[in-house]
Amino acid sequence: MATKTVIPFGPQHPVLPEPVHLDLVLDDETVVEAVPQIGFIHRGLESLVDKRDYKRFVYVAERICGICSFGHSLGYSELVESLMGFQAPERAQYLRAIFHELSRIHSHVLWLGLAADAFGFESLFMHSWRLRERILDVFEACTGGRVILNFCEPGGIVRDVEATELDGIVDMLATWRGEYGQIANTFLNDSSVRSRLCGVGHLSREEVIEYGCVGPMARASGYANDIRLAGIGGYGHLAEFAPVTSDEGDCYARCKVRVEEVLQSVDIITELAGKIPEGPVFEDIKGKPADGAEAITRVEQPRGEAFYYAKGNGTMNLERFRVRTPTTTNIPGMAMALRGCDLADVPNIIMTIDPCISCTER
Amino acid sequence: MSVMDKIASSKRESFITNSPWIIHYDAASCNGCDIEVLASLTPLFDVERFGVVNTGNPRHADIFLVTGSVNEQCKPVIEQIYNQMVEPKVVVACGICACSGGVFKQCYNTMGGIDQVIPVDVYVPGCAVRPQALIDGVVKAIGILRAKREAMLDGKPVPTPALRVGAELEVVRHSPDDEPAPTGADASDAAKETK
Repeated sequence: MATKTVIPFGPQHPVLPEPVHLDLVLDDETVVEAVPQIGFIHRGLESLVDKRDYKRFVYVAERICGICSFGHSLGYSELVESLMGFQAPERAQYLRAIFHELSRIHSHVLWLGLAADAFGFESLFMHSWRLRERILDVFEACTGGRVILNFCEPGGIVRDVEATELDGIVDMLATWRGEYGQIANTFLNDSSVRSRLCGVGHLSREEVIEYGCVGPMARASGYANDIRLAGIGGYGHLAEFAPVTSDEGDCYARCKVRVEEVLQSVDIITELAGKIPEGPVFEDIKGKPADGAEAITRVEQPRGEAFYYAKGNGTMNLERFRVRTPTTTNIPGMAMALRGCDLADVPNIIMTIDPCISCTER
Repeated sequence: MSVMDKIASSKRESFITNSPWIIHYDAASCNGCDIEVLASLTPLFDVERFGVVNTGNPRHADIFLVTGSVNEQCKPVIEQIYNQMVEPKVVVACGICACSGGVFKQCYNTMGGIDQVIPVDVYVPGCAVRPQALIDGVVKAIGILRAKREAMLDGKPVPTPALRVGAELEVVRHSPDDEPAPTGADASDAAKETK
């Protein structure tokens, strides 16, 4: 009769850039159950809507997370615009889509590096982050910030990106793509990577739907939900693309989906930069949100669907602001994927959901 | 230099100050500073060329990089990591949230700055902190580490900054009265006006 052991995992752990705690119940070397515990970085920033007016709150909204910071400022800006019945200028919409895709590239390449670190491939981690710095150089040249951009605001984009700069971005991405192909090849075809990822942490399509997984995690199990192509908050009407999916549902599939999404984002940026219209990029929003007015919006963050809700109360401050972020909905799926895996595979499975604990806890 | 002097000076020189190991913990930050801490380890900034190595074990670490404004739940974790580190040790607060609470200062759940919980030696502001500033902070931390080690070798108490529980971080605001005296062409114009 084997005895069960409980191993605490985190909050401080070499593989985790952010604190999350898991109680791993082990039967010999096999995980029987994983009980997640969160709350180590809860700040309660949704309550700051009482203290900042609805235009200035975008700076707080952007700091929900430092990796998908542009996505959160985009989500909040679209939310306020929808609350006020305002439409951002068309050029701003294109620029938002371009920068959102750039931040998706930066986030996915960052994740590829962290995943390589989790399965012990140090040099692949270094190469991924070296490539990521090139994207950050674009951010720095266009916005002045590396990770927190302060670029998107309710009403549009704070600074126009000129045509020559857009051409520069497209040229840079064309050469970048070649270098990226080399590390992508290692991620997809290297035998040591495959032996760590293939068949680990399997989730079927039914399980993914049942646990409410979103983003690349759902798409890796064959469930093609991509908010960019679905109604509110999408930009499927600006560019042509289809969701990247895979049917395996294991860690390797989740890695493959992200590797391919980076290339897809490069294509989307190239397409958008080719047909971006001229015009203003910012228009000031006048007035206050009406008492009782409500709005929702959704954004496909690098990690999946983020959902935003706001309610006005007739003053410059919002009554309520709420975000539901992708990692929140992916954690139950992660806990189920951990069941039955080996202890040595736990870091891999945790990393392949691309946990963003700052988003989750806000 | 005599043989005894050489031995004494080699004791003064330490691998700790030539190759400090760092440990990093995210104490309720937005993640921006954390990825900048990691970015400073990667090829573009590459602090490993200065012998700085990232470790996951508090017992191996000399420099503690903390990001974010602390909340009640992660307070015991920070204290535990700090207490597990062996002397001499230096704490670097990375980012404005770690220095004073930053943009989250008014949130109901933040305590406002790492120095509310553990003594902080170096403050590195920035939102998010830039890797260049971070490297500068670590270099300053190495100087402090050396001073602490010297004190330990001399048998003196290790200098540790005080906790600043409840204290506000000093904000230096420049009022118009503090403006420096005009120079060059402006100065001559100003002199004409006074005449």
